[in-house]
Amino acid sequence: MLSTRSIKTTAKAWAIDLAIRMVDLTTLEGADTPGKVRALSAKARRPDPADPSCPAVAALCVYPSMVPVASEALRGSGVHLASVATAFPSGQAPIEVKLADTKAAVAAGADEIDMVINRGAFLSGRYQEVYDEIVAVKDACGGAHLKVILETGELATYDNVRRASWLAMLAGGDFIKTSTGKVPVAATLPVTLVMLEAVRDFRGASGRQVGVKPAGGIRTTKDAIKYLVVVNETAGADWLDPDWFRFGASTLLNDLLMQRTKLKTGHYSGPDYFTVD
Amino acid sequence: MSRLAVRKTYKLFIGGKFPRSESGRSYLVQDANVALASRKDVRDAVVAARAAVKGWSGATAYNRGQILYRAAEMLEGRRDQFVALGEPEAEVDAAIDRWVWYAGWSDKIAQVYGNANPVAGPYFNLSSPEPTGVVGVVAPPESALLGLVSVVAPAIVTGNTVIVLAAEERPLAAVTLAEVLATSDLPGGVVNLLTGKVAETAPWLAAHMDVNALDLAGVRDAALATSLEEAAAENLKRVLRPPAAPVDWSADPGIGRMTAFLETKTVWHPKGT
Repeated sequence: MLSTRSIKTTAKAWAIDLAIRMVDLTTLEGADTPGKVRALSAKARRPDPADPSCPAVAALCVYPSMVPVASEALRGSGVHLASVATAFPSGQAPIEVKLADTKAAVAAGADEIDMVINRGAFLSGRYQEVYDEIVAVKDACGGAHLKVILETGELATYDNVRRASWLAMLAGGDFIKTSTGKVPVAATLPVTLVMLEAVRDFRGASGRQVGVKPAGGIRTTKDAIKYLVVVNETAGADWLDPDWFRFGASTLLNDLLMQRTKLKTGHYSGPDYFTVD
Repeated sequence: MSRLAVRKTYKLFIGGKFPRSESGRSYLVQDANVALASRKDVRDAVVAARAAVKGWSGATAYNRGQILYRAAEMLEGRRDQFVALGEPEAEVDAAIDRWVWYAGWSDKIAQVYGNANPVAGPYFNLSSPEPTGVVGVVAPPESALLGLVSVVAPAIVTGNTVIVLAAEERPLAAVTLAEVLATSDLPGGVVNLLTGKVAETAPWLAAHMDVNALDLAGVRDAALATSLEEAAAENLKRVLRPPAAPVDWSADPGIGRMTAFLETKTVWHPKGT
């Protein structure tokens, strides 16, 4: 149903602009350089340089070593700076290293931290260990927002996804995020649905609102709009805001920009007219 | 016991697959149900054609020639089917011969159209033809198979990929040609074929910013041709205008339809003193 012509014209334009404002523009490659991060920072501030009415993205998401460069490049723009931490993407490091990783990223200027949970501990049933680790990282974050990556592609069942979601929320996470983007199965609509039900129920039980961030594998405007519809119908309109819902993506942004240009000019655009990153 | 009739719906050919139109529409023509393409099918076809450019233009000319010759073999095998669809036998034969003729050009066009240029300096200076990229083609309405082959083969033999809008009133031979190409080792997306109303889909193809060239061989409405050319100017597409006089598709085509969609790359190579 959502794959065809259900959302059009003004509704589509609204959804595209909202989706752009929700993008965590991400570059997490071993080959990242300061130059690439600066270029991506410029894109985060002005995704479509040809159109001043195009909104900025929510945040830029980089490795901790790139935080100083990105912090400099994004200063004064209102674009948040997210850094992955805690031995991303595996999470396989001693707790001291994870905490130092987090503190260094915050000290360098990151105002959002994307941590990974200890899947090994979670899958062996050592939930307390996972919980304590999230609490410790949240503490190390200070004022920075904490997003907890569940890596749902490794959790095997929806029950596990829901359990991990509650664990992350109870431990103080401000956001729960599906994936690192480094394993074959990343964000899927059903997994996101489970997580949205979890944040909805958690707010009902505790009064605290937690955000959701699907990441990895969302590449087209059509996909993004599907997620927005699910957000609205599951968690509610309160979550239709960059403070409460994000897309972790890199290629998605160009497709959003192409669709935006199509709506504005009336003809189909091509990838040559947007930066390759 | 009598068998149930297997009724055929003639479908689009996009990215090596045979989807129905995204719009779900079809139209009755030549006593058959044929998909009626929408602008979104045009968009999907352009995406498929663009994705195929790298592999097809990067293949060796020899390899492209082999694949096109293979297509001619398959065409020969389906000869009777084209005749049954109402194509005159002589035209079917001419179309197969035309295909073989163009297949042979794949590794020769660079020798004829490229050049080693004498320059006033210690350089070896070489001009070589390169494919333009994604070409939108409006197929001629008068000759459903020979006309179609005469516009598609010259565009793809040099390494371009095409989106073809088949003749509105005679699409069956075009879809059958697509079925031939699908079994010829031609990579998916090199030829994409849309059936339906040219006046509806052509403007979207002409205005698409990811299309590099247009061949208006089949446009017979002067006002439509002008508006397509205007839309194409937006991103400086190469445009081959509709023929001024009726074309005899059985005549020797020359190399003009190949060179229309070639760019010249010139290389200066230092060679010492």
